[in-house]
Amino acid sequence: MSNFYSDNPDLTATLRRLDLARIVRLREDDYRQAGDFAYAPKDFEDTLDSYERTLAIVGDIAGEFVEPRAEDVDRAGSELVDGEVEYAPGITESLERLKQADLMGITLPRKYGGLNFPISVSVMIVEMVSRADPALMNIFGLQDISETVNKFADEAMKAAYLPRFASGEVTGSMALTEPEAGSDLQNVQLKAIEQPDGTWRLSGVKRFITNGNGRISLVLARSEEGTTDARGLSMFLYERDEHMRIRRLEDKLGIHGSPTCELQFDDAPALLVGERRRGLTTYVMSLMNGARLAIAAQAQGIAEAAYRAAAKYAQERVQFGAPIGELTAVRAMLADMKVSLEAARALLYETALIVDMKDVLEHRIAQITTPGADAGGPSAAGPESGAGELKALRAELKQYTRLAALFTPLAKACCTEMANTVAYESLQIHGGSGYMRDFAVERHSRDARITNIYEGTTQLQVVAAIGGVLGGTLAARLDEYDAEDFGATPELLARVRDARTRLAAAIARVRELDDVRYRDFHSRRLVEMAIDVSCGYLLLRAAQDDARKLLAARYFVDAMAARVEGAASRVLTGEPAMLDALSALGRD
Amino acid sequence: MPFDSRLRRGLSPITFAAGGTFLVPYRFRYLRRWEALTDMPQLRIVVLVKQVPDTANVTGDAMKEDGTVNRAALPAVFNPEDLNALEEALRLKDRHGARVTVVTMGPPAAVQVLRESLYRGADEVILLTDKAFAGADTLATSYALSLAVRKLGGCDLVLCGRQAIDGDTAQVGPQTAEKIGYPQITCVSRIDELVAPADGAHGAITATRSIEGGFETLTSSLPCLLTVTGEANDPRPASVKLVMTYKGIAAEAMPEYDDTYLDPESDDAEVCMLGRDGKPVCRAKVVQWDHLALEADREALGLRGSPTRVKDIESVVLAQSEARMVEPDEAGVAMLVHELIEEHILG
Repeated sequence: MSNFYSDNPDLTATLRRLDLARIVRLREDDYRQAGDFAYAPKDFEDTLDSYERTLAIVGDIAGEFVEPRAEDVDRAGSELVDGEVEYAPGITESLERLKQADLMGITLPRKYGGLNFPISVSVMIVEMVSRADPALMNIFGLQDISETVNKFADEAMKAAYLPRFASGEVTGSMALTEPEAGSDLQNVQLKAIEQPDGTWRLSGVKRFITNGNGRISLVLARSEEGTTDARGLSMFLYERDEHMRIRRLEDKLGIHGSPTCELQFDDAPALLVGERRRGLTTYVMSLMNGARLAIAAQAQGIAEAAYRAAAKYAQERVQFGAPIGELTAVRAMLADMKVSLEAARALLYETALIVDMKDVLEHRIAQITTPGADAGGPSAAGPESGAGELKALRAELKQYTRLAALFTPLAKACCTEMANTVAYESLQIHGGSGYMRDFAVERHSRDARITNIYEGTTQLQVVAAIGGVLGGTLAARLDEYDAEDFGATPELLARVRDARTRLAAAIARVRELDDVRYRDFHSRRLVEMAIDVSCGYLLLRAAQDDARKLLAARYFVDAMAARVEGAASRVLTGEPAMLDALSALGRD
Repeated sequence: MPFDSRLRRGLSPITFAAGGTFLVPYRFRYLRRWEALTDMPQLRIVVLVKQVPDTANVTGDAMKEDGTVNRAALPAVFNPEDLNALEEALRLKDRHGARVTVVTMGPPAAVQVLRESLYRGADEVILLTDKAFAGADTLATSYALSLAVRKLGGCDLVLCGRQAIDGDTAQVGPQTAEKIGYPQITCVSRIDELVAPADGAHGAITATRSIEGGFETLTSSLPCLLTVTGEANDPRPASVKLVMTYKGIAAEAMPEYDDTYLDPESDDAEVCMLGRDGKPVCRAKVVQWDHLALEADREALGLRGSPTRVKDIESVVLAQSEARMVEPDEAGVAMLVHELIEEHILG
């Protein structure tokens, strides 16, 4: 019996460690939903119990059903037959399982058939599914687009489409990328023409669309003729019909079970989501932030699988009369992997919690400002009503919006780069066998490779995060961490503080020089330092009452302090003039 | 009459299906909208299931002095082939519409297999629990189960697993069929076709059973009892929504029970509310019947009604020694026979 939840103490401890009480209370409208839905919780304890049970069910499906099919799925891939995508058999079977378990509308409101779970729990589910098969996760995880519909569409569209997502009747895709618009989405060309009846028609080509064969796609298209920038783009909901053709499937390095489609829209009927011109600036940004967190979780899952494969192999493979895992060189690799895995997980769930807080604050504010708008919840008196509540909530929302905008790219960069390193080292521990297709680690290595590319490359995550690192957002959050009780680990706290001081000095230097080129040159280093220091505090927090975590924290802080020292000194001693050589070096 | 006293008197919900309609806004105890039961689908399926000790983890104290299984020493699980039987019932429900009632006999803790059944989509669960049932062999068990099916007013289809992993007798299904007088198809690995009863016609079922050296496909009129093998399907997972709905249901201990019979997970919450589709969704207590409810002959129940006496259970480890493959052709068989004669094993 293999259960990807119960066999993973770090994950089970994560749920217990997450400070979900307020998030759940706001999300559940102070547990009023229990009056309307049989499966709604009646208090916080009941809620946590339901989360645990759900996670155990997912863990069982992932370990017993999905993972045993992953190798065949990888070999079979997807096929384009008569213009229609055929999934590998294992993908179809696993999707059916997840649907039977009612897991297709995890975060959607109950009135649409969803589970109304917080993002944090959804991220755990994604992590476990990805550990079993990251290709399946792409299709499963695209239920996320329904969350975008839920946030921005009008009630009629929500009522028409969300129940179909929640029941698992439809899968989705987000059709953003075009041949000439990858990282640079404001260059999207696909045309949307408004019809007299208020519907729209789409024409053009989308490329690299994961699960583009999905029944429903959210399509980014140019609705304002003559515009060339982001403000001319709107978001459309398109349901498959004969006006869209799947031209080809990409032949990829990894995640073979996830079909990557090139789509040709030919006067295809679609509906406008939300308001015109906000497609990229608001909706895609929200969609992408959700997707980035999901990809971070996907990477985390792959890394978990790769680490376990390495640990198992190191125990079984005997050379020089003993398992290779007893050699210090291999032991150190395994420790590095395990500790970076746990550090990344700490940052991943801290980020999920921040996003959760932002979501419930938005939910609560919407409840107060639009009475009666949400028939499923209480309209007037809420859990945190009182004078000045709205003002306080808005201030808090502002803070959490900034934090989410900073931490989401931090987590995405951290988890996906970590996953690649862990998969690389795992293959290395396997030696020659790891290079053969007999072992799963070669698959993990190929699958991990896309995670730091799609939904924004690590380089783009750095661009997204650097403002928050250099501005006050990071510092304010680190101040909050620093004020927590680290009484059990004073020396470790001192070392984390020391690293933080070095990071602060590096930030100060970059700000002082006020040289865009110098800032861009060092921004990856600064972001990595920010990740390191944040993870230091987060691991330390978890180590306060957990002896095993203390070992991990100590090991991490040791490595992190040295990394930060090196990186900070490079930022502190570097000369902007040196960068003149950059273009010359990159040329030949 | 409060709901639980009806239960104590062993009335099935169907017998008071004509009761009033209650629209329950929020957390009322003991109220149900029984009306929903009156527009029941025509097809009625009863699934017989058993909670068994997980024989994959047998230890030294697996048997008690009296030769019966020491359930306390082993983790309890849903008998695997019963889960296959439930899955077949749920698939028939998905295809034809049906009311699926799951019945188990056991101590109140056996309510766990009933919860597991609700988690997968069963409509109604019934626990046969009474000290009088304790220590039953297959004869006494099938007696009690057949009374339960009868008390339900019969049904179109009874499904059960081929055999339980604790006793491996494969007798309870066939004996139950005999006692209620239904035809039976045993060892079913596939249900080929179901013609649901309609307009006075009884309906029929066609199923394929695994027999030595092949398969046999049989058609029976309904009602009929099927015993299902593990080959039939891969049972569905629990639905998390149903888990959240039913996780709190509990079996209520009868007054004469001692505390050890109490379900440790019991929760006296009983909640009924309307789902979005207007249908009531209840977190109810399990319907529970004792020997009085079944109007059973006490002498035919439990240890008293069980002629079987287990003398001893031994742990036998089958170790495979050397093996050799023989080609399945004339020459191979001739050589094998020759060899066996040479070694005086044959002849």
